[in-house]
Amino acid sequence: MTTNTLLRWGLYAVLILFAAFYLMPLFVMLTTSLKSLEEIRTGGLLSLPREITFAPWAEAWSTACAGTQCEGLRPFFWNSVLMAVPAVAISTVVGALNGYVFAQWQFRGANLFFAAILFGCFIPFQVVLLPMAQALGFLGLAGSIPGLIFVHVIYGIGFTTLFFRNYYVTIPQELVRAAKVDGAGFFRIFFAIFLPLSLPIITVSVIWQFTQIWNDFLFGVSFSGPGSQPVTVALNNIVNSTTGVKAYNVDMAAAIIAALPTLLVYVVAGKYFIRGLTAGSVKG
Amino acid sequence: MPILEIDHLQKAYGETHILHDINISIEEGDFLVLVGPSGCGKSTLLNCIAGLEPTTGGKISIAGRDVTGVSPKDRDIAMVFQSYALYPTMSVAKNITFGMKVRGVDKATQEAKLAEVSRQLQIEQLLNRKPGQLSGGQRQRVAMGRALVRDPRLFLFDEPLSNLDAKLRVSMRTEIKKLHQDLNASIVYVTHDQIEAMTLATKIVVMKGGVIQQIGTPAEIYNRPANMFVADFMGSPAMNLIPARVRAEGGATRIEIDRGQGDPLVFTDPVARDLPAEIVLGVRPEDIHEATGTAHLPDAARQSGGEVMIDVVEPAGADTFAVTHLGGKPVTARLRAESAVRPKQMFPLAFDLSKLSYFSPKDGQRLN
Repeated sequence: MTTNTLLRWGLYAVLILFAAFYLMPLFVMLTTSLKSLEEIRTGGLLSLPREITFAPWAEAWSTACAGTQCEGLRPFFWNSVLMAVPAVAISTVVGALNGYVFAQWQFRGANLFFAAILFGCFIPFQVVLLPMAQALGFLGLAGSIPGLIFVHVIYGIGFTTLFFRNYYVTIPQELVRAAKVDGAGFFRIFFAIFLPLSLPIITVSVIWQFTQIWNDFLFGVSFSGPGSQPVTVALNNIVNSTTGVKAYNVDMAAAIIAALPTLLVYVVAGKYFIRGLTAGSVKG
Repeated sequence: MPILEIDHLQKAYGETHILHDINISIEEGDFLVLVGPSGCGKSTLLNCIAGLEPTTGGKISIAGRDVTGVSPKDRDIAMVFQSYALYPTMSVAKNITFGMKVRGVDKATQEAKLAEVSRQLQIEQLLNRKPGQLSGGQRQRVAMGRALVRDPRLFLFDEPLSNLDAKLRVSMRTEIKKLHQDLNASIVYVTHDQIEAMTLATKIVVMKGGVIQQIGTPAEIYNRPANMFVADFMGSPAMNLIPARVRAEGGATRIEIDRGQGDPLVFTDPVARDLPAEIVLGVRPEDIHEATGTAHLPDAARQSGGEVMIDVVEPAGADTFAVTHLGGKPVTARLRAESAVRPKQMFPLAFDLSKLSYFSPKDGQRLN
């Protein structure tokens, strides 16, 4: 009994230690972003702010300079929203349809197609940079938000197809057969029977895609033009283009603002994310 | 005009032949049961009739119309699946009306049909529930309701009772039979359960390895099995198949069966038959009687037998099963419940000669 209690306390101690270790950067970012530059220079890294100020947040949002443009993160934040929302929506819808076909409408060569799509998940970003830039040029989408949407949709389809296919494969084929006898066609069966069952896996797909697309830097920096840069690129520019004294508080505030949407998505839908990932074993 | 006619149907996956030259024809109101062990192709055949599996050759006609290349929805059929295949996110009412909704049937007709069928199947109080909230028997009813509202020319049932517990299965079986009688529906029904086949069918097709073994009424299949496979598959306990020797004797047939020790069991079939020297004798357990009390049987002269060693006695309530061995095979006799038979003792048994089946030991085909 006593050894058990000791072990339990030991376990908690280790867990708390690790939690603290992982929370440390967030703590430093948050406290630093609420301090004035004066206080940052004189105080310790881990100390709480003596006087809380929101000025760095306001500056990061609307006046900080990214390169020569001094409008803060705001325009870039909206660029990211305009890029991420359609890209997530389109890749999820296409993935759902792909997964539905692969799981329930076997056709000749389906396995080969699926393998090819899966292979797409493992192609490193760097490999596609040049061909993608050329393709965007041909399509007239270079340097635009629709171009970024296109890139992210293409890159995301592999993952979303995999998610939906593995989810739909657990739904008995007899459902499709019954619906066929009832007279329903391909899309009718999808919308009336499969889509209503899909909430958990849609959540997984949306969280995954949103996180990937929002956090992406490489595609953002490679394929955007001056008016279409996403927030990650702008954050980098803000941090790197400071002249004179480094405004750590503004940098920290900007970093938190840039990370906030993905954090929000996890908080709101994280429960369903776990549930969706483990949904293979659950009957519909 | 036959309601369903299957003409030289073939089905193969590449080189693997699933169905060989299937020919079946049933009339309106027939209850056709496809029965056989798992892997015999009966479900594949049903799916071919439904149009859910493409065929490799041959023709399928429903109500005189060639439907071989027609999609399932245009075949005028309804199907009940083994797993029920209820749409999990729809209520019971929506499940039942889905087919009508897809086909654009007007709301009033849908409501009327739904009310009629749910009354018939006694599921009126379940209409707002989801399939997940129903018991196995209730799901079964809903699945049947979904088929019934459609009023098709042909109903297809794919092992609909195999997921139910034993008691429920028997009562649902009776209900399906009643439904068939009330509606005079034409039904094709797949099962691996020979008792279901016997009780439900007006016509049985016994299948094995993608080949039809026998087509006939339940009585024909039971009394005159076409080969040893059918004889063994249909009936519980199975028909006894006993190796025997034959000698022609004037106008009669003399049959000898090894009893294990001592003289062989010898009896005479009064009919002269053209049989090979070695045969397999098929006799149903209920056609082996207690030789002591044969006076109550209509024609004692039809019976013949002798004393045999009883190995095991299995009282089963209504009957007592006595197991002996003849010709090196265990042989079961269905005796009266109050029979005096005891294990490890000699006991007189008699065969009903009018009900014997003779099979060729070479190819298993029926000889008489």
